[in-house]
Amino acid sequence: MEQRGLGRLRLPGLLALLAGLVVQAALGTRRTQTPRLSASRDLNLWPLPLSVMTTPRLLYLSPRNDFFGHSPTSKAGPSCAVLQEAFRRYYDYIFGFYKWPLGSDNIPREMELQKLEVSVIMDPECDSFPSITSDESYTLLVKGPVATLTANRVWGVLRGLETFSQLIYQDSYGTFTANESNIVDSPRFPHRGILIDTSRHFLPVKTILKTLDAMAFNKFNVLHWHIVDDQSFPYQSISFPELSNKGSYSLSHVYTPNDVHTVIEYARLRGIRILPEFDSPGHTASWGKGQEDLLTPCYHAREPSGTFGPINPILNSTYSFLSKLFKEISTVFPDEFIHLGGDEVNFNCWKSNPAVLRFMRNKRFGKIEKLQSFYMQMVLDMISAMKKRSVVWQEVYDDEGELTPGTVVQVWKKQNFPMKLSQVTAAGFPVILSAPWYLDLISYGEDWRQYYSVKPLNFAGTPEQKQLVIGGEACIWGEYVDATNLTPRLWPRASAVGERLWSHQEVTDLEDAYRRLTRHRCRMVGRGIAAQPLFTGYCEHEGGM
Amino acid sequence: MAGSTLRFSLLLAAAFAGRATALWPWPQYIQTSELRYTIFPQSFQFQYHLSSAAQVGCSVLDEAFQRYRDLLFGSVAFRFPHPIEKRHTSEKNSLVVLVVTPGCDQFPSLGSVENYTLTINDEQSLLLSETVWGALRGLETFSQLIWRSPEGTFYVNKTDIEDFPRFPHRGLLLDTSRHYLPLASILDTLDVMAYNKFNVFHWHLVDDSSFPYESFTFPELTKKGSYNPATHIYTAQDVKEVIEYARLRGIRVLAEFDTPGHTLSWGPGVPGLLTPCYSGSHPSGTFGPVNPALNNTYEFMSTFFLEISTVFPDFYLHLGGDEVDFTCWLLDIVSAYGKGYVVWQEVFDNKVKVRPDTIIQVWREEIPVKYVKELALVTRAGFRALLSAPWYLNHITYGPDWKEIYLVEPLAFEGSPEQKALVIGGEACMWGEYVDSTNLVPRLWPRAGAVAERLWSNKMVSNLDFAFKRLAHFRCELLSSPESRHTPHP
Repeated sequence: MEQRGLGRLRLPGLLALLAGLVVQAALGTRRTQTPRLSASRDLNLWPLPLSVMTTPRLLYLSPRNDFFGHSPTSKAGPSCAVLQEAFRRYYDYIFGFYKWPLGSDNIPREMELQKLEVSVIMDPECDSFPSITSDESYTLLVKGPVATLTANRVWGVLRGLETFSQLIYQDSYGTFTANESNIVDSPRFPHRGILIDTSRHFLPVKTILKTLDAMAFNKFNVLHWHIVDDQSFPYQSISFPELSNKGSYSLSHVYTPNDVHTVIEYARLRGIRILPEFDSPGHTASWGKGQEDLLTPCYHAREPSGTFGPINPILNSTYSFLSKLFKEISTVFPDEFIHLGGDEVNFNCWKSNPAVLRFMRNKRFGKIEKLQSFYMQMVLDMISAMKKRSVVWQEVYDDEGELTPGTVVQVWKKQNFPMKLSQVTAAGFPVILSAPWYLDLISYGEDWRQYYSVKPLNFAGTPEQKQLVIGGEACIWGEYVDATNLTPRLWPRASAVGERLWSHQEVTDLEDAYRRLTRHRCRMVGRGIAAQPLFTGYCEHEGGM
Repeated sequence: MAGSTLRFSLLLAAAFAGRATALWPWPQYIQTSELRYTIFPQSFQFQYHLSSAAQVGCSVLDEAFQRYRDLLFGSVAFRFPHPIEKRHTSEKNSLVVLVVTPGCDQFPSLGSVENYTLTINDEQSLLLSETVWGALRGLETFSQLIWRSPEGTFYVNKTDIEDFPRFPHRGLLLDTSRHYLPLASILDTLDVMAYNKFNVFHWHLVDDSSFPYESFTFPELTKKGSYNPATHIYTAQDVKEVIEYARLRGIRVLAEFDTPGHTLSWGPGVPGLLTPCYSGSHPSGTFGPVNPALNNTYEFMSTFFLEISTVFPDFYLHLGGDEVDFTCWLLDIVSAYGKGYVVWQEVFDNKVKVRPDTIIQVWREEIPVKYVKELALVTRAGFRALLSAPWYLNHITYGPDWKEIYLVEPLAFEGSPEQKALVIGGEACMWGEYVDSTNLVPRLWPRAGAVAERLWSNKMVSNLDFAFKRLAHFRCELLSSPESRHTPHP
C-alpha cells in the first residue's frame, strides 16, 4: 500500500535538518542493516528503536516543572494540546511515580540534563486525528544540558517521549539518570493494533482508557473496537436508540455518545486511532432485539422456527437501516476506516428461508456465498459513498468475486495464514495480520515467545506484495475476559506483538527480548498497569498492584 | 448419606428457582420454600442464644457478625429509613446463634467439627452448631441466602439446612517464593477462601527463587535470600497477622518449608548448608540440595524447625521432601517438637520410613502412576492422603476449565471403605512461576471454587448446568461485595 511508502518519503525532509551523523544512521539502517546498538546491555527500551547509539557518559536530570518545552524553532507551541498533555503525562511517568531524589541540587553542571526541547518540523497536526499515513518517526538526541526531540509531526513526538521516558532510571542514590544517547526511530508497520471485544463482556470506559495508556507505552497506534456482537449491543446509537435499549446487557452496560467521544479523544491524545467494528451480517443477534425485521427468520419444516439468523439480505428496509446507521457511525468515528466484519456467517438460516431462496433464484445466485457477497458489496458501496474505507475479515475476500479495491482484509484464521497473506496481497489488497496473535487463547507458560517469533512477511510474494502488509493486531476476544482479568491477560503478552510490529525485522533475539520485556513489564506495573509476570522474579515498584 | 434426600433438594431448588440456587458450595441437605421474610438492615442483628456456649466476647463470632453485617448491608444500612410500621411475622430481625461446645480462642484443627444447622421459619431464625467453626460456615451460608428485590428490600426465604463437609481438609496453596505476594493479597485470598468454605491455607513460603520468611533465629536467610530485604519479606508480625486473620475465618495455616531440594535461596544466608556441585574433581561454583552429610546441617535444621514449630500453631507442618536419608532425620526432628507432618508423594514413592500418621500429598498426575492409582497405593499402605494432582490451577487453558476441575471425584479409586476414609481432602494449588499480585485473583477465582464445592458437598452434586448457574451467580456476588477488590475472572 502506498501509505507506507509515503511515510518513508517524508523522512529525508526531516533528516535534512539534522546532523549529518544522524542522517547517515537513519538512512543506513533502513532495510538493509540490523539496528545499530551500542552499549545496549542496560537498555530497557521496548519496543526497540531502529537505531540507538549510547555512550557511557551519564547525565543527571533535574526534575524542574519546565523540564519539557518547545524549541523556539518548533512549528508547535503551548497551544498544542496533544503535546501539552503529553508533557504532563511524561513528567509524571518519569518523576512522579518514584521517590524524589536526595540532593539533586548538587549535580555538576557539565553532567546536568536540564531540559528536553521538542521541535516539530512540519505542520504539527495538533488538532488532527492520527491516520494510517501519520508520520511517527522521530529523532532523539540526549545530551547535556538540553536534549532535543525532533519529529515531523506531533505523532512522532509522542513516540519519542515514550522512548525518552524509557531511557531514564534512578541510580542507587535515587538520582534520575540517563546515558548520553542518539536515537533515530520509525515504525516498521503503520497499523499496530489491539482488538478489544465489548460485546461478550462489557468493558467499563475506565478499563478502555487504561488499555489506551498501556498501548501508548508499547507504541501501538490502533484500538480496534469490536463494539457489538451476538451477545450485546452496548453502542448507544443516536439514530436507533432501541438497539442498545433492548440489545445491551443492561442500561448501565452502554457506551453513550459522550463515552465514545471520551475514548476517541483520549486515544487521539496518545496518537491512537479508533477503528470501530460493526460486524455484520453474522454476529448480529443482539441487533435484532431493538430493530424489528432486521434478522432473517429461520425456518424448520416450512414453518418459521421462531429463531433468527444473520441480517436479512433481501429486504430494502435492511439497507435503508444500515445506510442510516453507518452514516451515523461514519460521523461519530473520525477514522478513515470502518471495520465491517463479515466473518463466520452461518448460512443454514438463510438456506432455510423460502423468501431468501426465492430471492437467490431471481438474482441467479448459484451458491449461498454469492448472497453474502451481495450483502457485503451493498455495505461496502455505502461506505465508499460516505468517503470512508473498509476493513473486513478474511471470509469476505474468500467469498467475494470482486472486492472494492483498497478494501483492507484482516487475516485471522491461523491455519496456513502465510498462504492466505500470499493470496490476498497477490490480488492487490492491503492486509492486517491477526492469525498468530489471538491472545484470548491462553496456555501455560511463556507464550509471548511464540507471538514474538512470528515473521509477518514470511510468505511467498514479491516485494510489492510485502508492502501491502500494513501491519497487525493482537486480539483479546471477550468470551472469557472482562474488566477483572483483561489487563493481566493482555499485558505484557501484547507487548511482544508491539515490538514485532514496530521494530526492525532483525530484532529477534529472544533472550535480549526477555531481559528488556521483564523490565518493561515492571515499568508498566510502576505506571499502574497490572501487567502479569513473564516468569519468576520481582519488580522494585510493585506498590498498588 | 442419602442420595435420595439430595435429589429431593436439587429438585426443590429447581422448582423454586429462588435464592437457594445462589448457594456455593451446595449444602448437604436443604429445603426451602417460597415463603419469604423481610429483613430490615437497620434493625437486623446477629445474636447469641442464651444457652450458647459462645457469648459476647467470643472473638471469632463477634468479628464474624461484624463482617457479615458489612458484607450484607455494607453501604446501604444507613440509607434506608427505619421502617415505621409495626413488626409482623413476615419480618426477621435477627439470626440467633447457638454454639454447643465452648472454645473461641483456639485454632481450628484437622479434627474441628464444622457441622451446622440453619432454621429459618415462622417460629425461629436459628443457627445451631457444635463449634464456632461450624457457626462460621453457617453464617456464610446464611449470607448467601439473603437476596434483594429490585426495589432494594432484603429477603430471606423459609429454609432448613443441615450441613457438614465431605472432607475435613479443604486447602488452597499459595507460593510466595517464585513471586512475592503482598500481605494484602494473602488476606484477600483468605476472605474469598472463607466464602468458599475452604479451611486450610497451605503457605508454600520459600523455595529456590526467594526466601521471604523473616526468621528470628537466622535473619541472614531473609537478608540474603529474599528478592528485596526491605520490601519483599514477611516479618514475624506479618506472619502473626496471617495466622490470626485465618483463625478468625476458621482457616488453618499449614506452613511449608520444602527441603532438601528447592532450597537455593537458603544458601546465601547459611554458608555451607547447600551441597557444592562438582564438575570433574573441582567445585563448579553451583550448589545443589541441602547437604545432609554435615553435622552443622543437622544443628541448623533442629534450630530452624524449632522456630517454625513455635511460630506456626497448627499441629501439622509441611516438609516438602523428596530425598530418603535426609527426610528421615528431619521427620524425627519435627516429631520431637510434637508436630505432625505432611509431605509430598515422593517421600512415599521413595519408600522413606515415616510415621504411620504422616499425611501424603498426591500431586503428580501421571508419574510414577496415575494419581488415582497413587491414592490407592498410599491408602493401602495405611497413610492418610491429600489430593492435589488434578487441581494445579496455575496450569491454564482456553475455555471453561473449571468443569474438568469440578468433575474430579477424589474417591474414584479401587480400595476398601477404610482406604477411602483415609483420603482427608485435597488442595487447589496456585504455584507462582507465572503468578503474582497482578493476576492472582482472576486466575484463582472462581476456578478454585470448583475445588471447594467438590471437597465440601455431597459427591452426588455434580451436575454441571446446576453448578454453572450457581457459580456464575456466586462470582457476581464476589464482585459486588463491599470489598470489590475481589475480582474473579468470568
